[in-house]
Amino acid sequence: MCQTFRMALHPLDQGPVESSEMQQPVRRDPAARHRLTSLVLALLIIWPLLRIAQFDPAVIFEANNLEVFGNFLKQFFPPQTSQDFLLLLLKAVIETLAMATAGIALAVVLAVPLGLLLSHSLSISRLGPGPGRRLGQGIRTIARLLLLFLRGIPEIVWALLLVRVFGLGPAAGVLALAITYSGMLGKVYSEILEASDTRPARALLLAGSGRGMAFLYGLLPGTAQELTSYTIYRWECAVRASVIMGFVGAGGLGQLMDQSMKMLNGSEVSSIVIVFLILVLMADAISFFCRKLLA
Amino acid sequence: MSLGFTLNRVTLLHANGQCALKDISLQAKPGEKIAIIGPSGAGKTSLLNMLATALRPTQGSATIGEQAVWSLGKKDLRKLRARIGMVHQQAPVPPKQRVVTAVLAGKLGQWSSTRALLSLLYPLDIAGAWEVLEQLEISDRIFNRCDELSGGQLQRVGVARVLYQSPDLILADEPVSAMDPTLSDTTIASLHRAATARGVTFVASLHAVDIALKWFDRIVGVKSGEIAFDCTPDEVSPERLLDLYASESNVIPVQGVTDVSNIQNGIAPTRSRSCGV
Repeated sequence: MCQTFRMALHPLDQGPVESSEMQQPVRRDPAARHRLTSLVLALLIIWPLLRIAQFDPAVIFEANNLEVFGNFLKQFFPPQTSQDFLLLLLKAVIETLAMATAGIALAVVLAVPLGLLLSHSLSISRLGPGPGRRLGQGIRTIARLLLLFLRGIPEIVWALLLVRVFGLGPAAGVLALAITYSGMLGKVYSEILEASDTRPARALLLAGSGRGMAFLYGLLPGTAQELTSYTIYRWECAVRASVIMGFVGAGGLGQLMDQSMKMLNGSEVSSIVIVFLILVLMADAISFFCRKLLA
Repeated sequence: MSLGFTLNRVTLLHANGQCALKDISLQAKPGEKIAIIGPSGAGKTSLLNMLATALRPTQGSATIGEQAVWSLGKKDLRKLRARIGMVHQQAPVPPKQRVVTAVLAGKLGQWSSTRALLSLLYPLDIAGAWEVLEQLEISDRIFNRCDELSGGQLQRVGVARVLYQSPDLILADEPVSAMDPTLSDTTIASLHRAATARGVTFVASLHAVDIALKWFDRIVGVKSGEIAFDCTPDEVSPERLLDLYASESNVIPVQGVTDVSNIQNGIAPTRSRSCGV
């Protein structure tokens, strides 16, 4: 074993060693076979999945399709800049931002207590373990299931349901976002809290502090940056999601896009897409700024 | 009111099956000052964690004050915990927190939530924090962030927090491991002073035998999860120490506060106070 290792390190030494010890030189990477197997296995799994998903790149390049697609793309230039449309666009942007922000705000309100509840590092009954361990575990399981339920149903499904309750407009979108995103935020919050240094909070709990204060004094200083940046990233996702929900009548940029798409008005679509990119860029800038502020 | 304690035939098995404490009995009257010494891995930290109510004995019982710790309800256990202050081996303070906040956090067990919340917006007891930091000679760092401090300074912030908590049982797990000899001495001195002033029980695990002999009334030697000896500093002989640390080396670990030859000669360093047990 030792010999093999040495030879691998000094390929020039192989000759004499081989002849004197009658050992095969190691020329092949022993991990290669394993890697090849993994690659083949991955392809074997992904290929049928692509077939099931009806993924066939050839379709794009059929002459007929290329023409329709090309004509649509051609209209992208120049983007629509008429004043009427820009005003419409501005209104839609404000509506979308309002929907995403209100949705995330509601989601955070729901997610923070659930995330704190779920986090093991803030569990008082785990110290020892002490009294109320069973109860604590029960509550944690319920919270976990609740989060699973909240994030398990896509926001678009909630939006479709809620549009029937609130009628067409952003209200349905806000609530749909709040429900789904509280599930995602709560789960990730608890994971961030879990992955951070938990000793400060533990020490505070051991000195008789309550959960809330152990979080604020012990965990938050070390995790504020990550929690904020994840929340802002989710806000960015919410902006995109609110666009999709616009397609089912929840207002905002999505509804505008839906109309332009249906009319195959490429120049309007391209204006909307540019606005999208600006919004995402803006979210990135805000995230960067907040991280810097908290660093 | 100072808290004594009784550990009665306590055994502690860790989750991985390792036996940290084997059938240990240890009793302290309120106001006693006990040093726990022994090689690393002997169970000193486990013993302290058990007194800090962080670990529950697998067998046997732990009583702190007059209360059997693990038959207390949630509320009473929390009240008891607020009366126990532990100096940890590494100060458990978030690096981005300011020193003043880290120290004030010592009283979270006693403060109402409103007070604790307000104190995050504006530190409510700057004078109180300054006073304990001054005792440890780091009051000039009160508004620094903890990650701007050196290891020794950070350790003293941990000590300051416990002094500010003013608990009825002070525990310290290797409180001076990151400090030079002089600093170790002043730090133990301030813990000792705080304990003496309020007649509070003080238990510290120490790696340096000379500090233990200088400041404590009672020395408990721990070796592979069992109590090797439990006596006054005068009764600690070099043979006992060499036997205690036999697994580690044949040198007795000291911090260099006092002349080592005193220990080698079997004579505990002269102490200003008589044994108060």
